Amino acid sequence: MNDDRRRFLKQAGLAAGVAVGAGWASLAPSNWPLSLRDPDGERGKPGRRSLVLPKNGYAVEASSLLPHLGVSRGVDVDLLVKAAVGAIGGIGRFVQPRDVVLIKPNVAFERAAALGATTNPDVLAALIRLVRSAGASEVRVADNPIESPESCFARSGIRTAAIEAGARVFTPHPSDFSVLETPGATHIARWPFFWRPFVGVTKVIGVAPVKDHNLCRASMTTKNWYGLLGGRRNQFHQDIHGIIADLALMLRPTFVVLDGTRVLFRSGPTGGSLADVKLGGTLVASTDSLAADAYGWSELLERRDEALPAYFAKSAERGLGITDWKTLRVKEEQVA
Amino acid sequence: MTTPGPIAAERGKDGRLHLRVLSGLTPDLKPNKDGSPWYARTFRITSIRIATQAFFFALFVFLLWVTWLSRLGGYPASLFLEMDPLVGFATALSTHTVYRWLWRGMFILIPTLLLGRVFCNWVCPYGTLHQFIGWVFNIRSNKNLIDKNRYKPLFQLKYVILTIMLVMAFFGSLQIGLLDPICLLVRTFTVAVAPAFDISLAQTFPSLAFKPGLQEPRIFAEAWFVGALIIGLVGANLVIPRFFCRVLCPLGAFLGWFSRFALFRIDRDVTKCTDCDLCLKGCEGAADPQAALRKSECFVCFNCIDDCPEGALSFKLTPAPIKDRIVGSIKAGTATLFGQKVISKLHDTEIRSPDLPRRRWLFSAIAGVLAFPFLRLSRAVNKRGFNEKAIRPPGSVAEAEFLERCIKCDQCVNVCPTNVLQPATLAESGLEGLWTPVMDFSVGFCQLNCTLCSEVCPTGAIQKISLAEKLGLEKFKERGPIRVGTAFFDQGRCLPWAMQTPCVVCEEVCPVTPKAIGTYDETITRWDGVQVTLNKPYMRPELCIGCGICERECPVVDSAAVYVTAIGETRSDDRTLLLKGPKRA
Repeated sequence: MNDDRRRFLKQAGLAAGVAVGAGWASLAPSNWPLSLRDPDGERGKPGRRSLVLPKNGYAVEASSLLPHLGVSRGVDVDLLVKAAVGAIGGIGRFVQPRDVVLIKPNVAFERAAALGATTNPDVLAALIRLVRSAGASEVRVADNPIESPESCFARSGIRTAAIEAGARVFTPHPSDFSVLETPGATHIARWPFFWRPFVGVTKVIGVAPVKDHNLCRASMTTKNWYGLLGGRRNQFHQDIHGIIADLALMLRPTFVVLDGTRVLFRSGPTGGSLADVKLGGTLVASTDSLAADAYGWSELLERRDEALPAYFAKSAERGLGITDWKTLRVKEEQVA
Repeated sequence: MTTPGPIAAERGKDGRLHLRVLSGLTPDLKPNKDGSPWYARTFRITSIRIATQAFFFALFVFLLWVTWLSRLGGYPASLFLEMDPLVGFATALSTHTVYRWLWRGMFILIPTLLLGRVFCNWVCPYGTLHQFIGWVFNIRSNKNLIDKNRYKPLFQLKYVILTIMLVMAFFGSLQIGLLDPICLLVRTFTVAVAPAFDISLAQTFPSLAFKPGLQEPRIFAEAWFVGALIIGLVGANLVIPRFFCRVLCPLGAFLGWFSRFALFRIDRDVTKCTDCDLCLKGCEGAADPQAALRKSECFVCFNCIDDCPEGALSFKLTPAPIKDRIVGSIKAGTATLFGQKVISKLHDTEIRSPDLPRRRWLFSAIAGVLAFPFLRLSRAVNKRGFNEKAIRPPGSVAEAEFLERCIKCDQCVNVCPTNVLQPATLAESGLEGLWTPVMDFSVGFCQLNCTLCSEVCPTGAIQKISLAEKLGLEKFKERGPIRVGTAFFDQGRCLPWAMQTPCVVCEEVCPVTPKAIGTYDETITRWDGVQVTLNKPYMRPELCIGCGICERECPVVDSAAVYVTAIGETRSDDRTLLLKGPKRA
């Protein structure tokens, strides 16, 4: 008898436990612990987690004494980079020991470096060496290309150059993207952003080639930030100038380097023929990507007779840079 | 002396204190009863076999794992496919040639002629998988196992399958890849296992991923079916051990047929054998080692030798048939062999050739003869009725020759960096072309400077091409680039054409120079009065190579406003488009 009673109590207890558990999970008010109740469907909606970049971005303090643009001409990439950055204050102005520095080259297409569709890997390597010499604890290189990332990083020579110069390379993975908030942006106020390489970063440097572009007419350091976004980027072309102005707003870099060692002067942004490329032998460094791009437009693409593409004015309206570079102090230097 | 509990100190016979939990680990180095040294217990030939199987399975997975752009390193990525002698033989039947590395089939054929079907239980990664799963999930008693490992007439089926496939290959339709274990396993890893691994375990260990460095996980047409197939085939081991190997495997049938010539075989000593049937307990091939050994079924796993309590079984060089040398009556128990008493009641020791009656061979051959026209006259792969989405990778031979060569292994799909290569479904290429590679530009695009699929193709369905050949450079300048199709605009869906909205992503990404997409620039007053400059795109068909990046990048993602179809492809003269267009070389 005792056994029967025990068995009954055990079984009844289990049944009651299951009933109470199920009842709690489905009926307890939603703010109670372990409750799954979702009376109006609000709880079931995906969260709107998003990120913001630091206020003022990654810019260092402005200086009224130093030149606005540093231009160097020559062949030796190490000297070129040193001279261009030296003209706007030297690497010590931008990178302090223990900084974690992200360098964003343009690796959009699977092209050999000589075709000018991607950042010159030698320039990137020289820049990495310069940043490391300033004591950066880590240098990262990241881009989200148009074509398949592995192929682009391999074919352009960027992966090898970056690793050999001592940088970490980040190629995009599905989990590397998070929504970034860019208050004031017209189109990309909330947009998936290649976040993983930015974790812990204290300085951001852009290094972009000078390219013709079929739609926005010229792709240089400002358009280069395109490669930090994910999501449905192919919608951007519906207002490409608005998007580039948004990009300028989204990312305020420490400084940018316009890589004019090669100029893809037509058939951009993909190119594909050496006939579309001319040697420029020039680097431009500036904290103002618009000024650097404006210089590239008139001096490297040699389109000084044509009006600047619309995104310059749109960005300048937001106070993101100065497009009339001739009014600025430019320090030019010829190196070996 | 003993104390209760899992861990306890015990005084052993040597008078020392032992921890009982460790006593099981004390090596027992006494020699065996039969006088053989202690290590004969551990280092048996079956242990060596298991190590060999593990090695080849690991090598197989490793080679698939390195079949990826970032791991290029001169590995023989398609080694297992190339040394599959059925691939070499069937493509020789269909094409009368042995392509590139297919002579490596000799690596398997020669051991088979010496030792029998050793491939099946020593090398074949699919066989290893089946054996392993059968072992891990085994719930059978020894008695039940002995029963399950007896030969059954159902095992004839693989010879029927092989015959049908070889006859079809002779006519020019290569179907062995549907069931060939290497093709099947490469395809399963490519389409189902590797992507599943990459979105699960590889999330924790990204460097282990099969395909590192991707923005999106790889997707494949009807991957569920390929996945369900491996679950079903592997699961069948729980019902019939080594179901696939014994019943379906055309490669096993092929090697089984050849193993009649094998110099070595398992031999049963009838003067020792007591007919206890214990040798069947672990018999992988269901080869009847307890009676007349079926040479064509024996996987040479050596389990029977291991399990025989009488030492009656051995692996011997050309053992003599003993049937005619037995003197006396087996029934009466007076039989002797060379003066020794015959104990076994079964005096046959060998059945040489596969157990498929001649009329069934004939039936299978006729089925193969009929299957060829049944498949070829289906509209999907016929010269007169082709699917516009059967877009083959660059370097592919013309469709008829393609079907003579493609083994549906999907190694090209495996190596493709953009995921554009997909295993064809019934929709694109019918049953005959099922799982052959086609390009789906809604998923990926053909990377301009890439010829990886042509490198790994073991049979030359995609011929090995150089980059210069693909792009029409250097000595290929006159012939021009390889075109896989031509892009078309759907003006009703195109933003500038139909919706007064600027776009031209297609022109931007077009990789050829000069670009195959041009624009009519037009400034209009939009419906709301705003001035808009539209760049309305158009195709220059002479320049388009069909790479499909325009379709891939088109913002009208559900059904792109620019799309590629196979017309204009350079691999055949059947689908040319322009009068002045490039002709086949």
